[in-house]
Amino acid sequence: MLEIKNLQVAVEGNLILKGVDLHVKPGEVHAIMGPNGSGKSTLARALSGHPQYEVTGGEARFEGRDLLDMDPDERAREGVFMAFQYPVEIAGVNNGYFLKAALNAKRKHFGQPELDAMEFMQLIREKAKVLQIDQSMLSRSVNEGFSGGEKKRNEIFQMALLEPKLAILDETDSGLDIDALRVVSDGVNGMRNPGRAFVVVTHYQRLLDYIVPDYVHVLSAGRIVKSGGKELAHELEKKGYGWLEAGTQPVGA
Amino acid sequence: MTQVAEKLQPWMAVLEQRGTDGPRWLQDMRARAATAFAELGFPTNRDEEWRFTSVAPIASAEFQAAPSARVSLGEPDLAGFLYSGSEHRIVIVNGLFSAELSRAPNLPQGVRAGSLAAAVTEHPEVAQRYLGQLAEFNTRAFSALNTALAVDGAYVYIPDGVILEQPLQLLFVTTGAESGAPLMANVRTLIVAGDRSQSRIVETYVGPPGSVYFTNAVTEVAMGEGAVMDHYKVQEESQAAFHVASMHVHAVRASNFSSHSFSLGGRLVRNDVNAHLDGEGAECTLNGLYLADGERHVDNHTEIDHAKAHCPSHEIYKGILGGKARAVFNGKILVRQDAQKTDAKQTNRALLLTADASINTKPQLEIFADDVKCTHGAAIGQLDEDALFYLRARGLTHFEARDMLIHAFAGEILERVRIEPLRQALEAELYAQLAKDLAEIDGA
Repeated sequence: MLEIKNLQVAVEGNLILKGVDLHVKPGEVHAIMGPNGSGKSTLARALSGHPQYEVTGGEARFEGRDLLDMDPDERAREGVFMAFQYPVEIAGVNNGYFLKAALNAKRKHFGQPELDAMEFMQLIREKAKVLQIDQSMLSRSVNEGFSGGEKKRNEIFQMALLEPKLAILDETDSGLDIDALRVVSDGVNGMRNPGRAFVVVTHYQRLLDYIVPDYVHVLSAGRIVKSGGKELAHELEKKGYGWLEAGTQPVGA
Repeated sequence: MTQVAEKLQPWMAVLEQRGTDGPRWLQDMRARAATAFAELGFPTNRDEEWRFTSVAPIASAEFQAAPSARVSLGEPDLAGFLYSGSEHRIVIVNGLFSAELSRAPNLPQGVRAGSLAAAVTEHPEVAQRYLGQLAEFNTRAFSALNTALAVDGAYVYIPDGVILEQPLQLLFVTTGAESGAPLMANVRTLIVAGDRSQSRIVETYVGPPGSVYFTNAVTEVAMGEGAVMDHYKVQEESQAAFHVASMHVHAVRASNFSSHSFSLGGRLVRNDVNAHLDGEGAECTLNGLYLADGERHVDNHTEIDHAKAHCPSHEIYKGILGGKARAVFNGKILVRQDAQKTDAKQTNRALLLTADASINTKPQLEIFADDVKCTHGAAIGQLDEDALFYLRARGLTHFEARDMLIHAFAGEILERVRIEPLRQALEAELYAQLAKDLAEIDGA
């Protein structure tokens, strides 16, 4: 589904990702872990097409197509979804109106009829229940005045609505209390299926207790320095990232 | 003769032809206003209040002060300017009341809505008491010009305790001149709201699209104790027209005045709103939305004079500028020594759609009381890149995302319009203009 080869990304002229390889097949959940500044979020944002993240080398293909050649909105319509680490507050844009526009943009893209207000509300009600989204959140401006937990739930709610093929979660767990973390994780787990893949970017192992990954990759100084199964996350929890920092030898190895 | 006076010469000739009808006090006032104008002359860029707005195109032009004959318009001419549901309307054509076009069926007892010239003779106590008392024509040149030359206008009187259920629309039409110099219309409005009265007034300024004329408007609003008024001004003049207007509000104890100013048309536009909070607990809200493109210039000056204690004021002005448009926003808040517990909040934002559009903006807080809360904020710039990206990351195209953000920006002011058909009409007009501007930007 997603094939990344030797991806290099610069931000404001500084090379952050120095050659990342990643292969994600449908149905898989990949966790990307790493210390602060290792390039985790840069990877997520570059894949979503953020204009400040400049790809300087390598490639990324989504279902065989050149992902990097697509505009951010085309990536989204094709089925790549990024849950933002810092969801943006947009004053004056009604959340429900925004969600309907996003959903219909995707439906139009695939030649499906747009949903009318009734059909949309029905769908919303269904999805909102799972994520414990209060109906009032729909009538407020997008993310405006939302608590940290509400913002993250709103991201996952959008994901549930847009049903992407590939979802990239950028530190979705940061700032969440345990209750909110459960709600968000349930939302994600409820969407796991053989056709859908997840890339979960996180600093902490805690999230992976709830969203159990198939693979864990450790990013350090812009490169993946170690990959393994879910047990790697536990090892990191115990030992920290120090032993994996690029250029240092693993302790006891 | 000084150079300034020489330039004013054609205007002095016009002033000599001012109206001679009406009672003695009115003629005296016109004469005093004419003298004031002769002394003041037109403001220049050396005048702080006019630093960024040059009125030279008005001062140096020749205008016909009044049409040689009454221009007759028919119902179809008004169609585009009446929002649906405006049952009560006063129509003023080139400064003169039109009985044929005005409608005010079933107004509550004692309410007057009609010709200002008629009110001067038929309702003399009220007219004499208020007319010219708020417009500061001794210090304001355009107000002086208007006071000297206006022969008629709109008059609204709402007795104590009366609630106007229906909004009242005042429609000011300036027609192009049929021949000769462009027309100047000195449009005058007097609104007297009795104690505890409640009303919604919509002033709409229009003219034939593309034609050159000069609307010089002055509105005086006297608010009684506990009176509540929602005032809307819709400026949709021809995009080649000059529009200079000032509204002067006197608010006494516990009254509540809201102004919503929509400035969409005009080539050179100046809107002044002055609110004098002259009684404890008087509250005022000044909201504004302006749109300009091409080479148009729009200047909004507001002044809230907090003269008494416990008066809240709220102000939000927003502008959207395309092409090479230029805008000015000056928001003065004066808090006098006696105005303790003042709570004044001012926000001023402008969206520049092009690199050539520009704005000069200045909050101006003058505070002489010590126990007050005054805040102001200004934000000028382009669309928020983060918000644009967020919307695109959900599948909206760049254009869809941009339009959504621009509409949201304007929506914050539009949604405060509490007359639904008017809100819809404004939204349609605004979005149509924006669509045109954005298409030009995309095509460029």
